[in-house]
Amino acid sequence: MVILKDVKVTYPGNKKPTLLDLDLTIRDGEFVFLVGPSGSGKSTIIKLLTGEIRANGGKIKVNRFDLRTIKRHNLPKLRRTLGVIFQDFRLIDDMTVYENVAFAMRVVGASDQDIRKRVPYVLKLVGLENCGSRLPRELSGGEQQRVAIARALVNSPETIIADEPTGNLDPAKSLEIMLLLRKINELGTTVLVVTHEKELVNAFGKRVVVLENGVLISDEEGGYFGKRDE
Amino acid sequence: MRINQFGYLLKEGIKGVFSHGFRSFASVAVISACLIIMGAFSMVALNVNAFIGDMEDDSQVLAFVDDALSEEDARSLEGYIRSISNVEDVAFVSRAEAMENYKATFEDQTLFETIDETAFRHRYVVYLNDITLMDSTAEALRAVGGIAEVMAETRIARGFIAVRNVVSIVALVLSLILLVVSLFMMSSTVKLAAFTRRDEIAVMKMVGASNSFIRIPFIVEGLVMGILGAGISFLLEWFIYNMVSSRIALSLGSNLAGKLFTALPFAQVMTPLLIANMVIGILIGAFGGAMAIRNYLKV
Repeated sequence: MVILKDVKVTYPGNKKPTLLDLDLTIRDGEFVFLVGPSGSGKSTIIKLLTGEIRANGGKIKVNRFDLRTIKRHNLPKLRRTLGVIFQDFRLIDDMTVYENVAFAMRVVGASDQDIRKRVPYVLKLVGLENCGSRLPRELSGGEQQRVAIARALVNSPETIIADEPTGNLDPAKSLEIMLLLRKINELGTTVLVVTHEKELVNAFGKRVVVLENGVLISDEEGGYFGKRDE
Repeated sequence: MRINQFGYLLKEGIKGVFSHGFRSFASVAVISACLIIMGAFSMVALNVNAFIGDMEDDSQVLAFVDDALSEEDARSLEGYIRSISNVEDVAFVSRAEAMENYKATFEDQTLFETIDETAFRHRYVVYLNDITLMDSTAEALRAVGGIAEVMAETRIARGFIAVRNVVSIVALVLSLILLVVSLFMMSSTVKLAAFTRRDEIAVMKMVGASNSFIRIPFIVEGLVMGILGAGISFLLEWFIYNMVSSRIALSLGSNLAGKLFTALPFAQVMTPLLIANMVIGILIGAFGGAMAIRNYLKV
């Protein structure tokens, strides 16, 4: 569950707010596209949700954590309830696919036994069951993004946040990744996808939240993205 | 933190030392060099202190008793003298004993046929706890009724004190400078390691790693380098100390200087030196590692 209420963010040195009086609620199990042009405040929302920055005003709750009052030492606990996927995958080059995924479990103190059980399961879920011993550079972009999804998924997060997950992929691979995220959502995980891919957004018929200049201008179930350009 | 997690972090830290080959080598070399210089000055300071300690054991003040006092009255002053602070021990030497002692330093005893013991005075040989307080102790002795004169070599004492102070201050200042240099070097090495692993650190933060989980491998890396540096410097100091002390002994030979000064055997300084090296090495390693990683933990 994500709740943003009257959220304001103004970066130091900027007079104009990046986010202004933003209200947004994402219920458990939802699949939401967050769209908007560059500079509309999408990345700022992700940084707010992951606790990288703090809002200047308003209320933010993410998976039981109140981000207005959260203490610095509790940020890791918040982040363990989230799975974050980036456009540039952010895999560790000198670790194999298996190690990249296992690493996320190790970080949160999982036992070797749990790691040995869970990692193959998640790799199978993303269709990489035969790639565990390969290095990221030996994989295609789509496969690398699948590894990143497996890593985000391995600790069973309540919410997955995907920041332009298909930005570096061709249309076919983009569709594969989006289908994978939908599958994950169907298994019960809340998914928030930040993207520019109009065709994908419109093909999926999910809830679409549109931001422009830091203001939420549309929030529609089965919404359509791109009306303004067409 | 679980045991298996700690084992993993320990392994990561040790792996870090060897995966940053040349940088780790340079860091260990600088730490060793700094510890050797610090150790050298500490050894000099220890030897000077030991030498002055020996001098203190031998140093004495002579307090001559007034001629008008009988031997019995002279002996009764002992209690007053003992009550003076900084007096470690007191020995009464009567006129007769003083004459005998004096005569014993000459071979030709016929020289003393016409001299009787009244040429000498009863005296006290006063041993001090602290040579640096010789002046004030001599003053206190002079104030004792019945003591006519006090003989104290305060000039020599002052010379020793000056030498000891200079050596101690130089050793301290130099050690502090070298400590900062070592800390900076260690911190730079670990900072570079942290920089090359910044993406990994960002991923760790994003998947919910605690700051201590991220910090520990870098601290372990620093610690391993600090301990290696301490161990290497200790072995080199051992070798250098034995070589220098045997050369000094050889060059001073059996003359007066050789009898006065003997370097402390290494076995005697080994334990404090090893402890100091290890403590400094561990502190430099741990602080250097922790300082280096600080900036990467803010997100």
